[in-house]
Amino acid sequence: MLITIIKRDLKCVSHNLSDAVQPIGFFIIAATLFPLAVAPDPKLLQNIAPGIIWVSALLATLLALDALFKEDFVDGTMDQMTIVADSLYVVAFARIVSHWLVSGLPLTVICLIIAMMLHIPVHSMDALITSLLLGTPILSMVGSIGAALTVGQRYSGMLLTLITLPLYIPVLIFGASCISADLAGLGWAAEAYFLSAMLVLSITLAPFATAAALRINLN
Amino acid sequence: MTSQYAPPGNHPSSRKQTRRSWVWFHRFGSPSYFYQFASVWGPRSGWGAVLVMAIGFYMGLFVAPPDYQMGDSYRIIYIHVPAAWMSLSVYVLMAATAAVGLVWKIKVSFCISRACAPIGAAFAFCALVTGSLWGRPTWGTYWIWDARLTSELILLFLYFGYMALDKAIPDRRIASQAAGVLSLVGLINIPIIHYSVEWWNTLHQGSTIFRMDGPSIDSRMLVPLLVAVAGTNLYFISVLLNRVRCELLHSERRTQWVREIVNG
Repeated sequence: MLITIIKRDLKCVSHNLSDAVQPIGFFIIAATLFPLAVAPDPKLLQNIAPGIIWVSALLATLLALDALFKEDFVDGTMDQMTIVADSLYVVAFARIVSHWLVSGLPLTVICLIIAMMLHIPVHSMDALITSLLLGTPILSMVGSIGAALTVGQRYSGMLLTLITLPLYIPVLIFGASCISADLAGLGWAAEAYFLSAMLVLSITLAPFATAAALRINLN
Repeated sequence: MTSQYAPPGNHPSSRKQTRRSWVWFHRFGSPSYFYQFASVWGPRSGWGAVLVMAIGFYMGLFVAPPDYQMGDSYRIIYIHVPAAWMSLSVYVLMAATAAVGLVWKIKVSFCISRACAPIGAAFAFCALVTGSLWGRPTWGTYWIWDARLTSELILLFLYFGYMALDKAIPDRRIASQAAGVLSLVGLINIPIIHYSVEWWNTLHQGSTIFRMDGPSIDSRMLVPLLVAVAGTNLYFISVLLNRVRCELLHSERRTQWVREIVNG
Protein backbone atom coordinates (compact mmCIF):
# COMPACT_ATOMS: atom_id res chain seq x y z
CA MET A 1 0.00 0.00 0.00
CA LEU A 2 2.76 2.37 1.02
CA ILE A 3 4.81 1.61 -2.09
CA THR A 4 1.74 1.82 -4.34
CA ILE A 5 0.87 5.31 -3.17
CA ILE A 6 4.45 6.52 -3.46
CA LYS A 7 4.72 5.06 -6.98
CA ARG A 8 1.47 6.70 -7.95
CA ASP A 9 2.56 10.06 -6.56
CA LEU A 10 5.87 9.93 -8.38
CA LYS A 11 4.05 9.05 -11.59
CA CYS A 12 1.80 12.07 -11.09
CA VAL A 13 4.88 14.23 -10.60
CA SER A 14 6.58 12.89 -13.73
CA HIS A 15 3.50 13.83 -15.75
CA ASN A 16 3.65 17.36 -14.45
CA LEU A 17 7.34 18.08 -14.02
CA SER A 18 7.05 21.87 -14.14
CA ASP A 19 5.12 21.90 -10.87
CA ALA A 20 7.73 19.72 -9.22
CA VAL A 21 10.61 21.92 -10.36
CA GLN A 22 9.07 25.10 -8.93
CA PRO A 23 10.30 24.65 -5.32
CA ILE A 24 13.81 23.92 -6.60
CA GLY A 25 13.75 27.05 -8.75
CA PHE A 26 12.45 29.03 -5.80
CA PHE A 27 15.26 27.69 -3.63
CA ILE A 28 17.95 28.70 -6.11
CA ILE A 29 16.55 32.18 -6.67
CA ALA A 30 15.92 32.84 -2.98
CA ALA A 31 19.46 31.79 -2.10
CA THR A 32 20.80 34.00 -4.90
CA LEU A 33 19.04 37.06 -3.49
CA PHE A 34 21.07 37.12 -0.28
CA PRO A 35 24.53 37.82 -1.77
CA LEU A 36 22.98 40.52 -3.93
CA ALA A 37 21.19 42.10 -0.99
CA VAL A 38 23.95 41.84 1.62
CA ALA A 39 27.36 42.12 -0.02
CA PRO A 40 29.34 39.77 -2.29
CA ASP A 41 32.12 39.52 0.29
CA PRO A 42 33.35 35.88 0.46
CA LYS A 43 34.14 35.94 4.19
CA LEU A 44 30.77 37.42 5.13
CA LEU A 45 28.91 35.09 2.78
CA GLN A 46 30.61 32.07 4.29
CA ASN A 47 29.50 33.18 7.74
CA ILE A 48 25.85 33.60 6.82
CA ALA A 49 25.71 30.76 4.26
CA PRO A 50 24.24 28.16 6.70
CA GLY A 51 21.43 30.55 7.49
CA ILE A 52 20.81 31.40 3.85
CA ILE A 53 20.70 27.77 2.80
CA TRP A 54 18.44 26.69 5.65
CA VAL A 55 16.00 29.58 5.38
CA SER A 56 15.73 29.10 1.60
CA ALA A 57 15.30 25.33 1.93
CA LEU A 58 12.66 25.83 4.60
CA LEU A 59 10.65 28.30 2.52
CA ALA A 60 10.95 26.14 -0.60
CA THR A 61 9.60 23.12 1.33
CA LEU A 62 6.78 25.26 2.66
CA LEU A 63 5.90 26.36 -0.86
CA ALA A 64 5.53 22.77 -1.99
CA LEU A 65 3.47 21.82 1.07
CA ASP A 66 0.32 23.69 0.13
CA ALA A 67 -0.45 21.26 -2.67
CA LEU A 68 0.42 18.16 -0.62
CA PHE A 69 -3.14 16.97 0.01
CA LYS A 70 -5.18 19.64 -1.73
CA GLU A 71 -5.70 18.10 -5.16
CA ASP A 72 -6.53 14.66 -3.78
CA PHE A 73 -8.84 16.28 -1.28
CA VAL A 74 -10.74 18.33 -3.84
CA ASP A 75 -11.22 15.61 -6.48
CA GLY A 76 -12.22 12.95 -3.94
CA THR A 77 -9.14 10.73 -4.21
CA MET A 78 -8.56 11.14 -0.49
CA ASP A 79 -12.02 9.80 0.27
CA GLN A 80 -11.32 6.75 -1.88
CA MET A 81 -7.96 6.20 -0.20
CA THR A 82 -9.53 6.24 3.25
CA ILE A 83 -11.92 3.54 2.10
CA VAL A 84 -9.25 1.33 0.53
CA ALA A 85 -6.30 1.83 2.88
CA ASP A 86 -6.00 0.04 6.21
CA SER A 87 -5.32 3.29 7.96
CA LEU A 88 -4.91 6.93 7.10
CA TYR A 89 -1.52 6.72 8.78
CA VAL A 90 -0.14 4.79 5.80
CA VAL A 91 -1.65 7.25 3.33
CA ALA A 92 -0.23 10.21 5.22
CA PHE A 93 3.18 8.59 5.57
CA ALA A 94 3.32 7.72 1.87
CA ARG A 95 2.42 11.27 0.83
CA ILE A 96 5.10 12.67 3.13
CA VAL A 97 7.73 10.33 1.69
CA SER A 98 6.86 11.26 -1.87
CA HIS A 99 6.81 14.95 -0.93
CA TRP A 100 10.31 14.60 0.44
CA LEU A 101 11.49 12.68 -2.63
CA VAL A 102 10.46 15.56 -4.90
CA SER A 103 11.40 18.48 -2.61
CA GLY A 104 13.90 17.66 0.15
CA LEU A 105 16.07 15.25 -1.79
CA PRO A 106 16.60 17.42 -4.92
CA LEU A 107 17.16 20.42 -2.63
CA THR A 108 20.00 18.59 -0.92
CA VAL A 109 21.64 17.90 -4.28
CA ILE A 110 21.16 21.42 -5.68
CA CYS A 111 22.40 22.77 -2.40
CA LEU A 112 25.95 21.65 -3.20
CA ILE A 113 26.14 24.14 -6.06
CA ILE A 114 24.60 26.92 -3.98
CA ALA A 115 27.07 26.13 -1.20
CA MET A 116 29.97 26.50 -3.66
CA MET A 117 28.60 29.87 -4.73
CA LEU A 118 28.39 30.95 -1.09
CA HIS A 119 32.05 29.99 -0.55
CA ILE A 120 31.47 27.06 1.77
CA PRO A 121 34.71 25.04 1.68
CA VAL A 122 34.56 21.50 0.26
CA HIS A 123 35.53 19.88 3.58
CA SER A 124 32.33 21.28 5.16
CA MET A 125 30.10 19.65 2.57
CA ASP A 126 29.59 16.50 4.65
CA ALA A 127 28.14 18.55 7.51
CA LEU A 128 25.95 20.40 5.02
CA ILE A 129 24.62 17.23 3.38
CA THR A 130 24.09 15.46 6.69
CA SER A 131 22.15 18.37 8.15
CA LEU A 132 19.94 18.65 5.07
CA LEU A 133 19.38 14.90 4.75
CA LEU A 134 18.35 14.71 8.40
CA GLY A 135 16.53 18.01 8.48
CA THR A 136 14.43 18.17 5.31
CA PRO A 137 12.43 15.00 6.13
CA ILE A 138 11.50 16.67 9.45
CA LEU A 139 10.30 19.68 7.49
CA SER A 140 8.13 17.42 5.31
CA MET A 141 6.83 15.50 8.33
CA VAL A 142 5.94 18.52 10.46
CA GLY A 143 4.72 20.50 7.48
CA SER A 144 2.32 17.74 6.48
CA ILE A 145 0.42 18.34 9.73
CA GLY A 146 -0.11 21.97 8.77
CA ALA A 147 -1.03 21.00 5.20
CA ALA A 148 -3.59 18.48 6.45
CA LEU A 149 -5.09 20.97 8.91
CA THR A 150 -5.59 23.64 6.26
CA VAL A 151 -6.58 21.31 3.41
CA GLY A 152 -10.19 22.47 3.40
CA GLN A 153 -9.29 26.15 2.94
CA ARG A 154 -9.19 27.64 -0.52
CA TYR A 155 -6.49 30.23 0.19
CA SER A 156 -4.42 28.46 2.77
CA GLY A 157 -0.89 29.62 1.87
CA MET A 158 -0.57 32.33 4.53
CA LEU A 159 -2.33 30.30 7.18
CA LEU A 160 -0.12 27.30 6.47
CA THR A 161 2.96 29.49 6.83
CA LEU A 162 1.70 30.97 10.08
CA ILE A 163 1.02 27.67 11.78
CA THR A 164 4.00 25.73 10.38
CA LEU A 165 6.91 28.15 10.73
CA PRO A 166 6.94 28.22 14.57
CA LEU A 167 7.27 24.43 14.52
CA TYR A 168 10.13 24.68 12.02
CA ILE A 169 12.27 26.92 14.20
CA PRO A 170 14.02 24.13 16.18
CA VAL A 171 14.97 22.37 12.93
CA LEU A 172 16.26 25.63 11.52
CA ILE A 173 18.36 26.31 14.61
CA PHE A 174 20.01 22.87 14.74
CA GLY A 175 20.32 22.51 10.97
CA ALA A 176 22.07 25.83 10.51
CA SER A 177 24.23 25.45 13.62
CA CYS A 178 25.33 22.02 12.36
CA ILE A 179 26.97 23.70 9.35
CA SER A 180 28.17 26.72 11.33
CA ALA A 181 29.88 24.48 13.88
CA ASP A 182 31.80 22.71 11.13
CA LEU A 183 32.75 26.02 9.50
CA ALA A 184 34.07 27.20 12.86
CA GLY A 185 36.19 24.05 13.09
CA LEU A 186 34.15 22.52 15.91
CA GLY A 187 32.54 19.10 16.02
CA TRP A 188 29.01 18.99 14.65
CA ALA A 189 28.03 15.59 16.04
CA ALA A 190 25.84 17.08 18.79
CA GLU A 191 23.68 19.00 16.32
CA ALA A 192 23.47 15.99 14.02
CA TYR A 193 22.31 13.83 16.95
CA PHE A 194 19.70 16.43 17.85
CA LEU A 195 18.44 16.45 14.25
CA SER A 196 18.36 12.64 14.23
CA ALA A 197 16.36 12.62 17.45
CA MET A 198 13.89 15.10 16.02
CA LEU A 199 13.66 13.05 12.84
CA VAL A 200 12.86 9.86 14.74
CA LEU A 201 10.32 11.70 16.85
CA SER A 202 8.63 13.29 13.84
CA ILE A 203 8.54 10.02 11.87
CA THR A 204 6.85 8.30 14.80
CA LEU A 205 4.36 11.00 15.71
CA ALA A 206 3.77 13.39 12.80
CA PRO A 207 1.90 10.96 10.48
CA PHE A 208 -0.57 10.27 13.32
CA ALA A 209 -1.29 13.97 13.69
CA THR A 210 -1.53 14.33 9.90
CA ALA A 211 -3.94 11.41 9.67
CA ALA A 212 -6.05 12.85 12.50
CA ALA A 213 -6.11 16.24 10.80
CA LEU A 214 -7.13 14.67 7.47
CA ARG A 215 -9.91 12.73 9.15
CA ILE A 216 -11.26 15.91 10.75
CA ASN A 217 -11.40 17.62 7.37
CA LEU A 218 -12.83 14.60 5.57
CA ASN A 219 -15.84 14.25 7.85
CA MET B 1 -34.13 31.23 36.58
CA THR B 2 -35.26 27.66 37.07
CA SER B 3 -33.58 25.32 39.49
CA GLN B 4 -32.34 23.29 36.54
CA TYR B 5 -29.47 25.74 36.10
CA ALA B 6 -28.65 26.16 39.76
CA PRO B 7 -24.95 26.36 40.64
CA PRO B 8 -23.17 23.37 42.22
CA GLY B 9 -23.85 22.82 45.86
CA ASN B 10 -27.33 24.33 45.68
CA HIS B 11 -28.77 21.38 43.84
CA PRO B 12 -30.83 19.41 46.37
CA SER B 13 -32.09 16.72 43.99
CA SER B 14 -28.67 15.44 42.96
CA ARG B 15 -26.71 16.01 46.12
CA LYS B 16 -26.91 12.38 47.09
CA GLN B 17 -25.56 11.20 43.75
CA THR B 18 -22.86 13.84 43.77
CA ARG B 19 -21.16 12.36 46.78
CA ARG B 20 -20.91 8.87 45.45
CA SER B 21 -20.20 9.17 41.76
CA TRP B 22 -18.65 11.33 39.09
CA VAL B 23 -21.96 12.93 38.24
CA TRP B 24 -20.78 16.30 39.51
CA PHE B 25 -17.93 16.13 37.03
CA HIS B 26 -19.97 14.88 34.08
CA ARG B 27 -22.41 17.74 34.51
CA PHE B 28 -19.69 20.17 33.46
CA GLY B 29 -20.06 18.72 29.98
CA SER B 30 -23.48 20.33 29.70
CA PRO B 31 -23.18 23.82 28.18
CA SER B 32 -26.07 25.26 30.17
CA TYR B 33 -24.71 23.90 33.44
CA PHE B 34 -21.22 25.15 32.71
CA TYR B 35 -22.60 28.55 31.76
CA GLN B 36 -24.33 28.77 35.09
CA PHE B 37 -21.21 27.64 36.92
CA ALA B 38 -19.11 30.22 35.06
CA SER B 39 -21.60 33.01 35.78
CA VAL B 40 -21.24 32.36 39.49
CA TRP B 41 -17.52 31.66 39.76
CA GLY B 42 -16.24 34.10 37.11
CA PRO B 43 -17.08 37.27 39.10
CA ARG B 44 -16.18 35.64 42.41
CA SER B 45 -12.69 34.70 41.29
CA GLY B 46 -12.40 38.15 39.69
CA TRP B 47 -12.93 39.85 43.06
CA GLY B 48 -10.60 37.30 44.65
CA ALA B 49 -7.98 38.17 42.03
CA VAL B 50 -8.25 41.90 42.76
CA LEU B 51 -7.80 41.25 46.47
CA VAL B 52 -4.95 38.73 46.25
CA MET B 53 -3.06 40.62 43.55
CA ALA B 54 -3.34 43.84 45.54
CA ILE B 55 -1.84 42.08 48.56
CA GLY B 56 0.85 40.43 46.44
CA PHE B 57 1.87 43.63 44.66
CA TYR B 58 1.84 45.63 47.90
CA MET B 59 4.10 43.08 49.56
CA GLY B 60 6.31 42.90 46.48
CA LEU B 61 6.68 46.66 46.09
CA PHE B 62 6.88 47.81 49.70
CA VAL B 63 7.55 44.89 52.05
CA ALA B 64 10.10 42.77 50.17
CA PRO B 65 13.71 43.98 50.53
CA PRO B 66 15.66 45.25 47.49
CA ASP B 67 18.00 42.80 45.74
CA TYR B 68 21.69 43.06 46.65
CA GLN B 69 22.68 43.10 42.97
CA MET B 70 19.73 44.42 41.02
CA GLY B 71 18.36 46.88 43.59
CA ASP B 72 14.72 47.71 43.07
CA SER B 73 14.61 46.78 39.39
CA TYR B 74 14.04 43.12 40.29
CA ARG B 75 10.55 43.99 41.55
CA ILE B 76 9.19 43.51 38.04
CA ILE B 77 9.54 39.81 38.89
CA TYR B 78 6.11 40.04 40.55
CA ILE B 79 4.56 40.54 37.13
CA HIS B 80 7.13 38.80 34.94
CA VAL B 81 7.27 35.41 36.65
CA PRO B 82 3.49 34.94 37.14
CA ALA B 83 2.90 35.94 33.51
CA ALA B 84 5.59 33.59 32.21
CA TRP B 85 4.32 30.66 34.30
CA MET B 86 0.77 31.32 33.21
CA SER B 87 1.75 31.48 29.54
CA LEU B 88 3.02 27.89 29.87
CA SER B 89 0.27 26.47 32.05
CA VAL B 90 -2.47 28.12 29.99
CA TYR B 91 -1.03 26.42 26.91
CA VAL B 92 -1.06 23.06 28.68
CA LEU B 93 -4.67 23.65 29.75
CA MET B 94 -5.55 24.65 26.19
CA ALA B 95 -4.01 21.47 24.78
CA ALA B 96 -5.44 19.27 27.53
CA THR B 97 -8.99 20.53 27.05
CA ALA B 98 -8.57 20.19 23.30
CA ALA B 99 -7.48 16.56 23.81
CA VAL B 100 -10.50 15.92 26.03
CA GLY B 101 -12.68 17.49 23.36
CA LEU B 102 -11.12 15.42 20.59
CA VAL B 103 -11.42 12.14 22.46
CA TRP B 104 -14.85 12.50 24.07
CA LYS B 105 -16.35 15.05 21.63
CA ILE B 106 -17.31 17.47 24.40
CA LYS B 107 -18.34 20.89 23.15
CA VAL B 108 -17.66 22.70 26.43
CA SER B 109 -14.12 21.40 26.37
CA PHE B 110 -13.44 23.00 22.99
CA CYS B 111 -15.00 26.24 24.22
CA ILE B 112 -12.55 26.30 27.14
CA SER B 113 -9.67 25.51 24.80
CA ARG B 114 -10.63 28.30 22.43
CA ALA B 115 -11.07 30.76 25.30
CA CYS B 116 -7.58 29.93 26.59
CA ALA B 117 -5.73 31.02 23.44
CA PRO B 118 -6.03 34.83 23.57
CA ILE B 119 -5.43 34.88 27.34
CA GLY B 120 -2.33 32.72 27.01
CA ALA B 121 -1.07 34.87 24.16
CA ALA B 122 -1.55 37.95 26.34
CA PHE B 123 0.41 36.32 29.17
CA ALA B 124 3.23 35.33 26.80
CA PHE B 125 3.31 38.85 25.39
CA CYS B 126 3.33 40.28 28.90
CA ALA B 127 6.19 37.98 29.93
CA LEU B 128 8.23 39.02 26.88
CA VAL B 129 7.62 42.76 27.37
CA THR B 130 8.31 42.78 31.12
CA GLY B 131 11.33 40.55 30.51
CA SER B 132 12.81 42.92 27.97
CA LEU B 133 12.15 45.92 30.23
CA TRP B 134 13.90 44.04 33.00
CA GLY B 135 16.70 43.00 30.68
CA ARG B 136 17.60 46.59 29.81
CA PRO B 137 18.94 47.62 33.27
CA THR B 138 20.30 44.20 34.27
CA TRP B 139 21.69 42.69 31.05
CA GLY B 140 22.15 45.96 29.18
CA THR B 141 19.91 44.92 26.30
CA TYR B 142 16.22 44.67 25.58
CA TRP B 143 16.50 41.48 23.61
CA ILE B 144 18.95 38.63 23.25
CA TRP B 145 18.51 35.52 21.12
CA ASP B 146 18.99 33.03 23.91
CA ALA B 147 17.07 29.79 24.30
CA ARG B 148 14.57 30.92 26.94
CA LEU B 149 13.58 34.12 25.15
CA THR B 150 13.41 32.51 21.73
CA SER B 151 11.31 29.59 22.92
CA GLU B 152 8.92 31.94 24.71
CA LEU B 153 8.61 33.89 21.45
CA ILE B 154 7.82 30.64 19.62
CA LEU B 155 5.12 30.01 22.22
CA LEU B 156 3.56 33.37 21.34
CA PHE B 157 3.66 32.41 17.65
CA LEU B 158 2.03 29.06 18.48
CA TYR B 159 -0.83 30.91 20.18
CA PHE B 160 -1.16 33.13 17.11
CA GLY B 161 -1.17 30.10 14.82
CA TYR B 162 -3.86 28.45 16.92
CA MET B 163 -6.04 31.55 16.82
CA ALA B 164 -5.47 32.06 13.08
CA LEU B 165 -6.42 28.47 12.25
CA ASP B 166 -9.44 28.61 14.52
CA LYS B 167 -10.67 31.84 12.90
CA ALA B 168 -9.92 30.74 9.33
CA ILE B 169 -12.14 27.65 9.18
CA PRO B 170 -15.79 28.63 8.85
CA ASP B 171 -17.25 25.38 10.23
CA ARG B 172 -16.99 25.76 14.01
CA ARG B 173 -16.79 22.02 14.69
CA ILE B 174 -13.97 21.41 12.21
CA ALA B 175 -12.23 24.60 13.33
CA SER B 176 -12.09 23.61 16.97
CA GLN B 177 -10.94 20.07 16.17
CA ALA B 178 -8.24 21.23 13.75
CA ALA B 179 -7.00 23.90 16.17
CA GLY B 180 -7.05 21.24 18.89
CA VAL B 181 -4.71 18.98 16.90
CA LEU B 182 -2.41 21.95 16.30
CA SER B 183 -2.32 22.77 20.02
CA LEU B 184 -1.35 19.16 20.79
CA VAL B 185 1.48 19.30 18.25
CA GLY B 186 2.72 22.57 19.76
CA LEU B 187 2.77 20.97 23.20
CA ILE B 188 6.27 19.72 22.40
CA ASN B 189 7.54 23.27 22.90
CA ILE B 190 6.50 23.41 26.55
CA PRO B 191 9.25 21.21 28.07
CA ILE B 192 11.76 22.94 25.78
CA ILE B 193 10.85 26.32 27.29
CA HIS B 194 10.80 24.99 30.82
CA TYR B 195 14.20 23.31 30.64
CA SER B 196 15.83 25.79 28.25
CA VAL B 197 17.71 27.48 31.09
CA GLU B 198 19.12 24.13 32.20
CA TRP B 199 19.88 22.55 28.81
CA TRP B 200 21.58 25.59 27.36
CA ASN B 201 23.93 28.05 28.96
CA THR B 202 21.79 31.15 28.64
CA LEU B 203 21.86 34.75 29.73
CA HIS B 204 18.45 34.23 31.32
CA GLN B 205 19.00 33.14 34.90
CA GLY B 206 18.33 29.58 35.98
CA SER B 207 15.36 28.48 38.01
CA THR B 208 15.43 29.77 41.60
CA ILE B 209 12.19 28.25 42.82
CA PHE B 210 11.69 24.74 41.43
CA ARG B 211 14.95 23.18 42.56
CA MET B 212 15.87 19.87 44.07
CA ASP B 213 17.51 21.57 47.06
CA GLY B 214 14.61 23.96 47.70
CA PRO B 215 14.14 27.53 46.51
CA SER B 216 17.30 29.61 46.45
CA ILE B 217 15.34 32.85 46.60
CA ASP B 218 14.92 34.58 49.99
CA SER B 219 11.58 33.81 51.63
CA ARG B 220 10.82 37.53 52.06
CA MET B 221 10.92 37.79 48.26
CA LEU B 222 9.37 34.38 47.62
CA VAL B 223 6.18 34.85 49.65
CA PRO B 224 5.01 37.98 47.78
CA LEU B 225 5.83 36.20 44.52
CA LEU B 226 3.70 33.19 45.41
CA VAL B 227 0.86 35.51 46.46
CA ALA B 228 1.15 37.32 43.12
CA VAL B 229 1.11 33.96 41.32
CA ALA B 230 -2.03 32.92 43.20
CA GLY B 231 -3.65 36.25 42.31
CA THR B 232 -2.71 35.85 38.65
CA ASN B 233 -4.22 32.37 38.64
CA LEU B 234 -7.47 33.74 40.07
CA TYR B 235 -7.39 36.50 37.46
CA PHE B 236 -6.91 33.89 34.75
CA ILE B 237 -9.81 31.78 36.03
CA SER B 238 -12.05 34.81 36.09
CA VAL B 239 -11.17 35.96 32.57
CA LEU B 240 -11.35 32.39 31.28
CA LEU B 241 -14.81 31.77 32.72
CA ASN B 242 -16.08 35.05 31.27
CA ARG B 243 -14.70 34.19 27.85
CA VAL B 244 -16.14 30.68 28.05
CA ARG B 245 -19.54 32.20 28.82
CA CYS B 246 -19.34 34.24 25.61
CA GLU B 247 -18.19 31.21 23.64
CA LEU B 248 -21.02 29.09 25.02
CA LEU B 249 -23.65 31.73 24.31
CA HIS B 250 -22.38 31.99 20.75
CA SER B 251 -22.05 28.29 20.00
CA GLU B 252 -25.38 27.43 21.69
CA ARG B 253 -27.24 30.46 20.34
CA ARG B 254 -29.95 28.33 18.76
CA THR B 255 -30.86 26.45 21.92
CA GLN B 256 -33.69 27.07 24.31
CA TRP B 257 -31.63 27.92 27.38
CA VAL B 258 -29.74 30.69 25.59
CA ARG B 259 -33.01 32.14 24.32
CA GLU B 260 -34.32 32.14 27.87
CA ILE B 261 -31.26 34.02 29.12
CA VAL B 262 -31.23 36.51 26.25
CA ASN B 263 -34.95 37.22 26.47
CA GLY B 264 -34.69 37.55 30.25
